[in-house]
Amino acid sequence: MDDTGTEPSINGPGAAAVLAASIGWFVLGVLALTGDAVPGVARLLNISKPTGPLSGVTSGGIAVWLVAWTLLARLWRRDNVSMAVVGAAASALMVGGLLLTFPPFMDLLQGK
Amino acid sequence: MELTLRDAATVAHGMGFGALLLLGFSGAFIGIYATSVSPNPWLPSDRDRRLFSLYLTVLAGLAWLAVFAGAYVIYPWYRAVPPAGAALAGYPQRLLMSNPTTSGWHDIGMEWKEHIAWLAPICLTACAYIFRRYGARLRAMTGLRNGLIGLALLAFAATGVAGFFGAMLNKFAPVRGGTDIVLMKEKTGG
Repeated sequence: MDDTGTEPSINGPGAAAVLAASIGWFVLGVLALTGDAVPGVARLLNISKPTGPLSGVTSGGIAVWLVAWTLLARLWRRDNVSMAVVGAAASALMVGGLLLTFPPFMDLLQGK
Repeated sequence: MELTLRDAATVAHGMGFGALLLLGFSGAFIGIYATSVSPNPWLPSDRDRRLFSLYLTVLAGLAWLAVFAGAYVIYPWYRAVPPAGAALAGYPQRLLMSNPTTSGWHDIGMEWKEHIAWLAPICLTACAYIFRRYGARLRAMTGLRNGLIGLALLAFAATGVAGFFGAMLNKFAPVRGGTDIVLMKEKTGG
């Protein structure tokens, strides 16, 4: 891949990597919270018994991240997208994921 | 001088993969700054760019090794449920939760660490891809460059939180047990 700066740079594939990472992280946070709050969901997430629900939480987040990355990279492969919009969306999702995986905030949402 | 199999696995997870990853962030930040932020930028040759891309890829690999070893090797030992009447020393989670002065190390420390650690490999994989694809062109692509720096900072913060709590958890309730590994035998007597 040329990086001499002499050809126009399409930022779509890079933006897809940024946004997909934040989507995967946010979904991991949602799964962590629902697994903690709902025993039935925790049982579904328990795909590796020694590791427990953490195995499903992280596998689910990784799967969504990879699918989102594949789809966005395909969608934006020839596009220049607004990094202001992508950056704002990614920041919001990252902050959301951080809150949803922070135990005191998880407890607050569950009224513990 | 001996250690157990679980000691060795914990050392590989924390000191091998985790600490090496934390050290590696300094090089990553210097490389990203030098190529795409500095007013007097480093203009890497093709070979330099490939090597720095490889460096970021290795960091991402270390992060993946750390989280998978943590979740699928160490964590099952940590969260094992003791049989009735067993001493809690071999069951770190239960040992921490048995005392109100240490339960927070599990309730906040481990509960946070076991999730936030996964942010590091996800972000670092994206960083490695972005640098590999765009290299020095990121200097002119400020939005994408800022995204790259943001991902790298998040990965560093996540690794720091996970590393700090890993070290503290191992002080209060170490994961121990399994086969003894003899590192060195000392002569005894006269």
